[in-house]
Amino acid sequence: MPWDLKSDRPIYTQLIEQIELMICSGIYALGTKLPSVRDLAQEAAVNPNTMQKALAKLEEDGLLYTNRTSGRFVTEDADIVKQVKGRLALSQINDFLKKMKNLGFQNKEIISMVENLLESKEDDYHEHNS
Amino acid sequence: MSTILECKNLTKKFGGKNALEAVDLNISRGRIVGLLGPNGSGKTTLIKLCNELLTPTSGEILIGGYHPGIKTKKIVAYLPENTYLNDWMKVSEIINFFKDFYTDFNSEKAFDMLKRLNIDPQDKLKTMSKGTKEKVQLILVMSREAQLYLLDEPIGGVDPAARDYILDTIISNYNENATVILSTHLISDIERILEDIIFIKEGQIVLTKTVDEIRDEEGKSVDALFREVFKC
Repeated sequence: MPWDLKSDRPIYTQLIEQIELMICSGIYALGTKLPSVRDLAQEAAVNPNTMQKALAKLEEDGLLYTNRTSGRFVTEDADIVKQVKGRLALSQINDFLKKMKNLGFQNKEIISMVENLLESKEDDYHEHNS
Repeated sequence: MSTILECKNLTKKFGGKNALEAVDLNISRGRIVGLLGPNGSGKTTLIKLCNELLTPTSGEILIGGYHPGIKTKKIVAYLPENTYLNDWMKVSEIINFFKDFYTDFNSEKAFDMLKRLNIDPQDKLKTMSKGTKEKVQLILVMSREAQLYLLDEPIGGVDPAARDYILDTIISNYNENATVILSTHLISDIERILEDIIFIKEGQIVLTKTVDEIRDEEGKSVDALFREVFKC
């Protein structure tokens, strides 16, 4: 996954978000070893100290842990990942709702639009598979 | 964290003009620092003072605890704004020259970087374009295992692809005992790899912060803040 960093927000918070996303989407599965700080920093083209800071925060949050001799790993606790997933989903939904409100839609309209869209997608899915 | 570079009340006058005025600076080891300011703000003067190419009018500089001199030159790798290499030499000859000169020079690293940038070590410097010469010079500097790298405009003359490679080299060379200070105008290209920012204006330090502090407090990039602070 390419690193997508915006220039108007702290790099450190963006690194945290992107690593969280990689863990939630299974790019880094539960219990897998992460690349070294230097390799991750190089991949994202950021300062190694900034990457180190982001990883330390993720460790503090329990999403990562360090084994002194063998490196840094993704947690094996599926509940923690689930919580993070929930939090990320919530913020996506909030963003979406905000934009829809700006467009002038009411809650009920939004719900029915989403339902309709999902239904039509489901139809597509069944057609493709029949 | 221990200090690698310290300036105390550093002043440099050229005639009646203050090129640097009462500069106090403290830079730790293991940082990548951007020295940013418009033309004529004193960036090169500061770097030259650190390399003993100029002497302070008053105040002092300490690098690893020493005043600029033989001892500091052993631990400082300096990329000047102008080339000082002999045009008639081949790159491979210059590498031997550097190896002879600096005990911390790693020729293997130099040849490796030349290969990555498609530069033939058998080519003579005078046959090269301006940008390629700059690359060679930067490779020489980055091939030293120094404690302080002072890079005066390291990416100005090279193409964007080579720029990426150079920044990559700076990151991959990173070690917690070495500090890189680089001066540049091309802020948006380098701000991702910087940690600390020094804004210098008319010989005075106007701001020292980390990149993330600036983005957090100002909600904008260092590049955008620079344009605002130094608006003409």
